[in-house]
Parts: sequence; C-alpha cells; structure tokens
Amino acid sequence: MFAAFATGLYYALVASPIDYLQRDTVRIMYVHVPAAWMALGSYTTIAIASLVSIVWRHPLADVCAKAAAPIGAVFTAVCLVTGSLWGKPTWGTWWQWDARMTSVLVLLFIYLGYMALWSAFDDRQRAARAAAILALVGAINLPIIKFSVDWWNTLHQPASVFRSGGPTIHPDMLTPLLIMALAYMLFFVTTLLMRMRAELASQRLEIAAERRAMALEGVQ
Amino acid sequence: MNEFLAMGGYAAFIWASYAAAALGLAALGVSSWRAMRSLERQADAARAERRAERGRA
Repeated sequence: MFAAFATGLYYALVASPIDYLQRDTVRIMYVHVPAAWMALGSYTTIAIASLVSIVWRHPLADVCAKAAAPIGAVFTAVCLVTGSLWGKPTWGTWWQWDARMTSVLVLLFIYLGYMALWSAFDDRQRAARAAAILALVGAINLPIIKFSVDWWNTLHQPASVFRSGGPTIHPDMLTPLLIMALAYMLFFVTTLLMRMRAELASQRLEIAAERRAMALEGVQ
Repeated sequence: MNEFLAMGGYAAFIWASYAAAALGLAALGVSSWRAMRSLERQADAARAERRAERGRA
C-alpha cells in the first residue's frame, strides 16, 4: 500500500504532463477520481455484505458492512473537498447543485445516516437488520451517481475511463491515475480488515462482560 | 524546486487537495489501527482473566 502511494504520488506530481486546458490543476484528478471510485466501491461492499446478511445471515457480513461505512464516508468527503478545490480554478465555482455533485453529497448523508443507525440500537442483531435494509435501499443512489452525467446536463464532465469504447484519457495520465486507484484500493482493504478485527474484539469483550455478570449472579 | 512547489500558479488548490486527501486517509488509518490494537488487547486480557478464574475454581 505504501509503495503504491509513493509510486502513484511521484507519477501524479512529477512525472505526469500538465493538461493543455487545465494546466497543473489536472493533478488534483489523481486524488479526486480514485476517492470517487472508492466511495462507490465502499458502498457496493456494504450493499453486497448487507444482502449476504439478510439472505444467508452470515455473522461476518454485518461486521464487514459496519466496518466499511466510515471508510466510505471518508472517501466521499475527500472526493467532495478535492472536487471543490478543482472546481474553483477550473469552473470558477466551489460548488454547483448539478446532478453529479448533489448525488455524491446524498451518498455522504447516506453513509452518515447508516453509521448513526448502527449506534442507535443497543441490540446488535436489530441494529444489523435495520442497517442492512437501509444500505440496500440506499444502493439506488449508486446508478444515479454513475449515470448522472449522462442522464442530466451536468457541469461535471462525463466518464473518460470506464466508458463504452475505452478510455479517452492519454496513457501518460491514465497510468498515474490507475496506480493511485490501486493505492486507494489497498488502503480500503487494509483499513477494512483492521476495523473488522476491532469489531470482532469488541464483540468478544461484550460476551466476556455478559459472562462475568452471569457468574456474579450465580455466586449470589 | 520552487517551480515544482508553485504548480504553475495553482499551488494553493493542488497542495490543499493533496493535504485534504492525505489527512483524511491518515487520520482514519491511524484511528482504525489504534482501536484495533486497544480492543484486541482488552479482549485478550479478559480471556486470560477468565482462564485464571477457572483455574482457581
């Protein structure tokens, strides 16, 4: 992960060329676009884990979904902040209520609502069930974000990498972008595993506390 | 070097973007790692305590 970030940052800041229209501001793309991809990727992870939780009741699915939410929220926030910092010099505005930006802001609120719902229940099972349903309903927003630039006349430009007909971006810029995307993805996996281990440890602690309470009752 | 830092006159926007991304990811990564370490230590300690109690009984 650290090696991927180091390589990606070198390409993004030093080795890649400037854009003839955007000049140096094009370099913001290398931290913005992977954040946007992973904001959607994190939510897809939550949605799939929630489906697995509802259909097969696998206990690790809830742990995975819960652990992925804060990571997705951070990716979404990074995406919005860096997008704003690119929009000001390029479009002349920090923010515009166009379909792409609004739908990504909605995604951030879905993440925050999802995390709040988890902490709103004392009972883990009920929290997991409610959160899974919210996650699946919120998944409607994913295609809206992806296709917002095609369905509406947005200020935000349409896709230039994941489009039918192949990428229209030059390899000199595509390479650093993909390396940064790999670094973000490795960061997601690493952080997800750490958060899942933390969640499992807190479940073990909870069970230990319950057992201790039961043992004390037994003594009396 | 100065030319590199100036980023063609867009230094404020570009470095602010990279700083925002770095701070966001680093804060989350470090806090996740700390939480994992502390919770696993507590859970292991609770298990050891339980084993010791069982040994005494």
